Amino acid sequence: MKRISYTQAVTEALQEEMRRDPKVVIWGEDTAGAGGAFHMTPGFADEFGTNRVRDTPIAENIIVGLAVGAAMTGLRPIAELMFADFFGCAMDQVMNQMAKARYMFGGQITLPITVRAASGAGTRAAAQHSQSLHSWFMNLPGLKVVVPSTPADVKGLLKSSIRDNNPVLFFEHKALFNIKDQVPVGEYSIPLGVADVKRQGTDVTIVAVQQMVYRALEAAEILAERGISAEVIDPRTLVPLDRETIVNSIKKTRRLVVVDECNLTSGAQNEIIALAVERAFDYLDAPPRRLGVPDVPFAQSPVLEDYILPKSGQIVSAVQEIIR
Amino acid sequence: MNAQPTVQEVTPDIRKDIQIALLHTMLRVRKFEEKAQELFLNNKIPGFAHVSIGQEAVAAGVCLSLSEGDYITSTHRGHGHCIAKGMEFPRMFAELMGKRTGYCRGKGGSMHVADFSRGVLGANGIVGGGIPIATGAALSAQIQKNDSVVACFFGDGAMAQGAFHESLNVAALWKLPVIYVCENNLYGEWTHYTRQHSIPDLSQRALAYGIPGQRVDGMDALAIYRAATQAIARARGGEGPTLLECVTFRYFGHYIGDPHPGRTDHEIENAKLRDPIDHLRQALLASGALTDRELALFELGLGNEIADAVAFAEQSDDPEPESAFEDLFV
Ligand SMILES: Cc1ncc(C[n+]2csc(CCOP(=O)(O)OP(=O)(O)O)c2C)c(N)n1
Ligand SMILES: [Mg+2]
Repeated sequence: MKRISYTQAVTEALQEEMRRDPKVVIWGEDTAGAGGAFHMTPGFADEFGTNRVRDTPIAENIIVGLAVGAAMTGLRPIAELMFADFFGCAMDQVMNQMAKARYMFGGQITLPITVRAASGAGTRAAAQHSQSLHSWFMNLPGLKVVVPSTPADVKGLLKSSIRDNNPVLFFEHKALFNIKDQVPVGEYSIPLGVADVKRQGTDVTIVAVQQMVYRALEAAEILAERGISAEVIDPRTLVPLDRETIVNSIKKTRRLVVVDECNLTSGAQNEIIALAVERAFDYLDAPPRRLGVPDVPFAQSPVLEDYILPKSGQIVSAVQEIIR
Repeated sequence: MNAQPTVQEVTPDIRKDIQIALLHTMLRVRKFEEKAQELFLNNKIPGFAHVSIGQEAVAAGVCLSLSEGDYITSTHRGHGHCIAKGMEFPRMFAELMGKRTGYCRGKGGSMHVADFSRGVLGANGIVGGGIPIATGAALSAQIQKNDSVVACFFGDGAMAQGAFHESLNVAALWKLPVIYVCENNLYGEWTHYTRQHSIPDLSQRALAYGIPGQRVDGMDALAIYRAATQAIARARGGEGPTLLECVTFRYFGHYIGDPHPGRTDHEIENAKLRDPIDHLRQALLASGALTDRELALFELGLGNEIADAVAFAEQSDDPEPESAFEDLFV
C-alpha cells in the first residue's frame, strides 16, 4: 500500500489507462496546457501528446458532444467538465444523445465514455459551484453514476469506468480532494456496482455517499461510545446500485438512515429508502430516516453553507431517534 | 486580417455517370418518401415523421461526394440523407413502422434511424443535436488519422442553436475534417428563417469562424455536388471545415399531414418550377446521356423495389415486448 491523495488517485488512474490503451483520449477546459483546472492531468500533454490530450474551448455541450461522436467512431474518450454544475450547459448531449444513442439505435454501437466532474459542497463556492447532482442522472436510463469517497475507491473505480463500454458519469468530490489514504500498489480496479461496507455494525445501517461517508463514520464513532453499533455502507456507484448489500444490511440491523448531499426532494436518499420499504419492510423496527440538504441552494457564507450541510451530530441524533 | 478563405471553382465538369447517379439517388429518395407519406396517412407508421420532398438534391449531392469510410449525421428530416448514404429500403420502412427488422429494431423510428455500418451516425430528434456528434466524429478521424470526413446535415432552424456555434468554433480551431451542410428550406416549423436569424445569408456565419462559407442553389444537384466535393477535399486535406448553405424548399408541411397554412400556393408552385429532379432529368435526356427507355426501366425497377420493401416491412413482426429492456447497457 501507499498513501496518496484523492486527486493523485485520479491522476494515477487516468495515466495508467492512457498508457494501457491508445484509444483513451482526454479533453476539457485547461486539461492539456495547464495540466487540469484541478491539476489532475499534469504533464499529460507531454507524455501522451496534444493529439490525445486537448484543451477545449469553454463550451460544455461540445465537450460532451465530441465524446459522443468520438466514441461512436472507435475512441474511448474521457471528457472533463470541471464543475458538475456545468452539466447544465451540456445537458442535451448528456441526456438526449449520450444516454440514449445505444438504445435508440437498437444496440448498434457502444459508447465507452467517461465524463468527469467535480461536485459537492463544503468549499464555500456558493450556489453554482457546490451542487451534488448525481440523483438527476439516476433518473436517466443509459448512464452509470459513480460517486467515490476514498482515494483507493477513486482509483479503482475510475479505471473501471474508463474500461466500461457504457457512458459513465464520474463525480469527484471537491471537499475530498486533499484527503490522503492508503491505495494498493500496482494494478487493480474495483467493479462498478459493488458497495463497500466502510464499518461493520449490528444496530443500524447508515448509507452515506462521498463526503457524507466521513461524517457517517464520525457519527458511528460517537454512537459506539454510546453503545450503539452502526454499519456504514458506501454504495460507491449509484447506477448500478448494489441493492443486495444494502438490503442485507437492513435485514440484519433492522434500522436505516441515509445521508447524502442531494437536495432532499427526489435526492438519491429516496431511492434507498424506497428500496428498504419495498424489500425489507417487514424487517424494519422503525421508519427509515433520510438526511440531506434542505431544498435551498448553497449560499456563499460559511455559516449558511455549514448550516444546511448534514453533520455527524445530526446523523447521531437521527439514529438515536429511531433506536430510542 | 480576418479575410474569409475563398472557395475556388476547381471541380471539372461532373462525369455523366455521376450525374445519372445523382438523378437516380434523388428519385430513390423521392419515391421512398412518397410511399412513406402514403403509409403514414394510412396509419401504417406510428408517431410522426417528416419528409424532405423537394430537398433531395442536397442529400444526393453531398452523399455522392463522400467515400465509403466517411460519416454523416442527419436530422429529423433525414430519410434522404440515409438513402443517399446507402441505407436500404426494406429495413428503413421496417424501422419507420416500428418493426423488429428495422435498422434499430423498432426503437428509433423515423427520427432516430441509423446504420453505423454505412457511416450513418443517426438521425436526430433534437434540432442541432447532431452537430456536436459530427464534430466529435471528425475529431476522432483526426486523432486516428484514418482519412475519414464527416458531412453534418442540419436545417436553417438549427443554426440558431448554441450547439452550432460551439461546434463550428472548435472544428475551425482544430481544422477538423467535417463539412457543415445547412439545408435552408426557408422555414423552421412555420416561421420563416429571416424571422429567426439576424442576417439573411446564413453562409456568412462562416466568417465568424474564419472558414469558407458558400451559399449554393439547393435545387441544383450538380451545384451541390460541385461545392461538396470541393469542401470534402479541403476537409480531407487537413484544411478544416466549410459551411455550405443549400437554399431549398420543402413541398409539403413540416410533418406528414401538416398543411403548413402560412405559405402561399404561389410560393410552393414557384419552388416546384425549379424541381431538382425535373431539372436534372431534362438536362440528361436533352444531352442524350440518358434515354427515355433507360429512365423508364430504372423507374420500373425502383417501383418494384419499393413494393417489395413495403411488403417486407409489413410482413415483419413487431418487436418482442421484452426487447424494451435490451440495448440499454452493454
Ligand atoms: C431542441 C429542439 N427544439 C425544438 C424542436 C421542435 N422542432 C422539431 S423540427 C423543428 C424545426 C427545425 O427547423 P429546421 O432546423 O429549419 O429544420 P426543418 O424542419 O426545416 O428541416 C422544431 C422547432 C426539437 N425537435 N428540438
Ligand atoms: Mg428549415
